[in-house]
Amino acid sequence: MQALTNRVKVLEQKPMTLLERMYLPNIAKGMAITFGHMFKKRPTINYPEQKRPFSPVFRGLHILNRDEEGKERCTACGLCAVACPAEAITMEAAERKTDEEHLYREEKYAARYEINMLRCIFCGLCEEACPKDAIYLTETFAPANYTRQSFIYGKPDLLIPDPKTQPDAFAQAQGKLEAHKANMKAKNEQ
Amino acid sequence: MILAFDTLLFLEKFILIVVVILAALGIALYTTFAERKVAGIIQDRRGPNRAGPFGLLQPLADGIKMIMKEEIIPLTSNKWLFILGPNLAMITAMMTSAVIPWGNKVELFGRVIDLQIADINIGVLYIFGVVSMGVYGIMIGGWASNNKFSLLAAIRGASQIISYELAMGLSLIALLMYTGSLSMKTIVEQQMSTGVWNFFVQPLGFLLFIVCAFAECNRTPFDLPEAENELNFGYHQEYSSMKLGFYLFAEYINMIISSAVMATLYFGGYDIPFVNEAALSASWGVNIVAVLGTLTLLAKIVFFLFVFMWVRWTIPRFRYDQLMDLGWKKMIPLALINMLITGAVILWLNK
Ligand code: SF4
Ligand code: SF4
Repeated sequence: MQALTNRVKVLEQKPMTLLERMYLPNIAKGMAITFGHMFKKRPTINYPEQKRPFSPVFRGLHILNRDEEGKERCTACGLCAVACPAEAITMEAAERKTDEEHLYREEKYAARYEINMLRCIFCGLCEEACPKDAIYLTETFAPANYTRQSFIYGKPDLLIPDPKTQPDAFAQAQGKLEAHKANMKAKNEQ
Repeated sequence: MILAFDTLLFLEKFILIVVVILAALGIALYTTFAERKVAGIIQDRRGPNRAGPFGLLQPLADGIKMIMKEEIIPLTSNKWLFILGPNLAMITAMMTSAVIPWGNKVELFGRVIDLQIADINIGVLYIFGVVSMGVYGIMIGGWASNNKFSLLAAIRGASQIISYELAMGLSLIALLMYTGSLSMKTIVEQQMSTGVWNFFVQPLGFLLFIVCAFAECNRTPFDLPEAENELNFGYHQEYSSMKLGFYLFAEYINMIISSAVMATLYFGGYDIPFVNEAALSASWGVNIVAVLGTLTLLAKIVFFLFVFMWVRWTIPRFRYDQLMDLGWKKMIPLALINMLITGAVILWLNK
C-alpha cells in the first residue's frame, strides 16, 4: 500500500526474548517500582480538614453586594443578564418607595434576582458587566444537592449580609473576617 | 466395638475450630481493609481513613453495608444452586484450615493440646482435595446465575484452576520426595529440627507453588474469572448482599490459607528463625514458646498476604491464551524438571 503521508511509523513487533518470556525479571522490576512508591510523598490531601488554597482569580458562587450603609447596590439594569453567555440570570425590577430608601441605593431595584447555578459557567462576565459593582464572584462553590430546584439561587441566597446588623458575617463574606476581628478588638481596647 | 469418646478432646478441638474460624474471619475482614490501604499507599493515595481512627472501622462499615443490601435471586436462576454456590466457596475456603498446624503444643489444665485441628497423615493431599472443591463454588455460582458472562467466567475459572492445580501438584511432589511425609506437622517439625527451611532446598518448587497459588486464589495477574472489563464482574455478577460478600470473603480466606500453606510447607511454619525452640521451651516454658511460634506463623502469613497485594497492584492481568500457555507449556514442564532433578539428587545422595 502506498503511504499517504511520510509520517507513517512501522511498528516492529519482535518476538519476546527469553528473558521477557520468563516474565519474572520484569515483574520484579515492576514490584520494585511499586514498592518505591510506598515511600513517596503523597499528593492527596485530607480534603474537608485540609483545603488547597484557591488562586486569587478563582471564580465561585456569586454574591450581591451592599454599600457601606447596608443598601443593596443592584439597580436591576439587566446588563449582567445580557452579558451572561449561559443565560443564567433572571430578574424582576421594582420601583423603590419613599420608605425604602434605607434598603436600596437606587430608585429602581431588583425585586427578584435569580441565578441558575446549573446553567452558570462561572465565567465572571456578569461581574465585569455590572455598572454598580453589585455582583461579585466569591471563592466558594455551589454545594451538592439533590434537586435541580435547589440550584436556583434567589436573592436570600445571594445577598451579602448587612454590614450594620451582621458585621461579622459581612466581613466573612468579603473574606476579611480576620482583619475585621483584629479591627474590632483594637476598637474595644481603646 | 465401642469407640472411646473423649469428651475433653472433643471440647478442645471444638474450641480450637471456633477460634481458628473466628480468627480467619477476623483476619479476612482486615485483609480487605489492608488491601485497600496497600493499594492506596502503592498508588500514592491514602486509602480508607474516615471510619474510626486510621479508618480501622472501615471493614465493619463494609460488612454492615453488605448485610443491609437487598438480597436478590434472579428469576431465571436455578435457585438452590444459586444459594449453594457462595456457601460452597465459603465452606471449602474454611475447611482447609483444619490441617494447618497453627502452633506447637501448649499445656493447659494438665493437658497437652495440639494447636492443630487434625494432624492427619495425608494433610497435603487433604488440602489439595478441598482446594479443588473450591472451584465448584465458582462453577455452580456462575452456572446457576443463568447469565452468559457469569457462565464464561465460571468456565474460565474452572479451566484455569485445573491447569494450575497440575503444576502445583507436581511442584509439591518434589517437596514431598524431600520430606518423605504428607503430614503438615511432620513437615514443620523436620524444618525445625534441621533448621533449614524447605524454601532453601526447593527454591524453584516454591516459585512454581506461589505462582500456582496466585492462580488458585484468582488473584491478579490470574484474576480472569473476575475480569471486570471483559466479563462485567465475572461469576458473581448476579449476586448481591451477603452472598456476594461470601464470594469476596472466600477469596480473602483462600489467600490467608494459601499464605499459611506456603509458610508451613516452605518457610518453617511456626518455627522461629535462628532460635532453638527446644532449648527455649526448657527455660521459658512450653506455652510461651508455642504462643511465640504462632505469632511467628502469623507474621509469615501477613508477609505473604502483603506479597499477594503487592503483586495485585503491580502486574496487569494476563490474556487468557497467555495464561493457558504459561500454565501448560511452562509451569508444568518446569515442575516436571524440578521433580526429576530432585529425585535424581535424592537418589544420588542416598547411594
Ligand atoms: S458567571 Fe457568567 S455564566 Fe455565571 S451568571 Fe455570570 S455571566 Fe452568567
Ligand atoms: S447586578 Fe449589576 S448589572 Fe446586574 S442588574 Fe444589578 S446592577 Fe445591573
